[in-house]
Amino acid sequence: MTRDDRTRVVITGMGVVAPNGNSPHDFALALRKGRSGIRVHERMLECEFGSRVAGVPRGVDEIASATFDEDELMAMNSGHRFASIAALDAWRDGGLPRPEPDDDSAVDWGSGCVIGTGIGGMDTTGERLVPLTNAKKVRRLGSTAVEQVMASGISARVGGLLALGNQVTTNSSACSTGTEAIYEGVLRIRRGLADRMLCGGAEGESHYIWAGFDAMRVLCRRFNDEPERASRPMSASAGGFVAGCGAGVVLLESLASARTRGAHIYAEVAGGDVNCGGQRGGGSMTAPNPDGVRRCIRAALADAAVDAGEVGAINGHLTATGADPREVSAWAAALERKPGHLPPITSTKSMIGHTLGAAGAIESIACVLMLHEGFVHPSINCEDVHPEIEPHAASIPHEALELPGLEVIVKAGFGFGDVNACLVFRKWSD
Amino acid sequence: MSQQEVFERVVKILTPYVKNHGALDGVAMGTHILDDLKVNSARLVDVVLEFEDAFDIEIADDDVDTVQTVGDAVTLIEGKIS
Repeated sequence: MTRDDRTRVVITGMGVVAPNGNSPHDFALALRKGRSGIRVHERMLECEFGSRVAGVPRGVDEIASATFDEDELMAMNSGHRFASIAALDAWRDGGLPRPEPDDDSAVDWGSGCVIGTGIGGMDTTGERLVPLTNAKKVRRLGSTAVEQVMASGISARVGGLLALGNQVTTNSSACSTGTEAIYEGVLRIRRGLADRMLCGGAEGESHYIWAGFDAMRVLCRRFNDEPERASRPMSASAGGFVAGCGAGVVLLESLASARTRGAHIYAEVAGGDVNCGGQRGGGSMTAPNPDGVRRCIRAALADAAVDAGEVGAINGHLTATGADPREVSAWAAALERKPGHLPPITSTKSMIGHTLGAAGAIESIACVLMLHEGFVHPSINCEDVHPEIEPHAASIPHEALELPGLEVIVKAGFGFGDVNACLVFRKWSD
Repeated sequence: MSQQEVFERVVKILTPYVKNHGALDGVAMGTHILDDLKVNSARLVDVVLEFEDAFDIEIADDDVDTVQTVGDAVTLIEGKIS
């Protein structure tokens, strides 16, 4: 298929609030150096979770105070703050001005957003909604409870801050949410229904979000005293994922729009796909059907008109659970690579933990930074590669690989419900 | 507590919610909270909760409906604390 400037979609801005960096610049530096953002989490400790470590962005309160009015802050929980900071940063990084709040002429009918979340405003639910309701103090909830717990609260907040006039919505597909959001934005621009879309995902900081995962025993419990070693994707000693939170938002734009306004282009979203394994063939509510994963990756490559042999690096879902070996096998099958020939495969989660609904978006930003700067970040904490992954061990970078010729990187995310999402990013060159 | 003291505390509580900051310069008893100060009407719920906490009073829902100006709020609060 041939795409023209109106149906090619490029990334012209990025904003990230991650456990190891709150700007694309700092995030890229941390990724390159293999710097972990995992720390002991006090509330998980107090509540005697099995896992007591998490990836939480630092310094966000200071950024939020400098960015938002007092009454805006009163209506924003942690997920709202992460999403709003990332979205504003992406917008400004793209060279677009923040509109004045009282400028009624500022509505931008060509711009919208799809910013997803996996779980939603559980900090508001756990700390205010439930306790006040049970204490018969419903009126003390004030006016902001609904906008903080409604699933679309994060996109609604961003839509208001930036006077977005196109589609403003929140998607939710568990841990594939952030990847799916970007794909949704790409489709909307390709259809000619929007000029620009801010897309990504956010997940708030709340031990209430993580409690259910701890109960499932899928969070890492064995490295509570060594937080930076706790997230161990692809490792023989991996014992579950590390909880994380944050946000990533990219500014997607038609190539025509980007060229018209002379915007800086980071990379092209060459293609993508979303599907579901149907919870059959080994898939379930909590595990992916390997055939679904393979089909999703293959369909994304076909959509991008990229041959499997062109893929220069893989940013996997790779959470540090028992699913990692099956995922690596699925990548090898999808790309038709024999052991020793798989492109570099890396897990951003090894440094930031699993940021759930934000993961696909933050990790997509990692992909774009790697393409833009020509490197592949290390996948830390897997010196002891899992025996089933051992045949592909040579493809796992333990230190940053400088790859100035890197042209194509593929990102996939998989979520509860057996849902899959995959994006193909291509280096931009005029 | 004098009326002036109540007035000043009411304005202080309203200030974070004010969208038309210019209107705060000449704020008076007759200043309309929604029309002049451009406070979001949904946020009046939060403003009333802050009045209750600041003055240690309870404000019934029917009373809330009578508050349109800064002076209405001051009068209502004075009636409750006297």
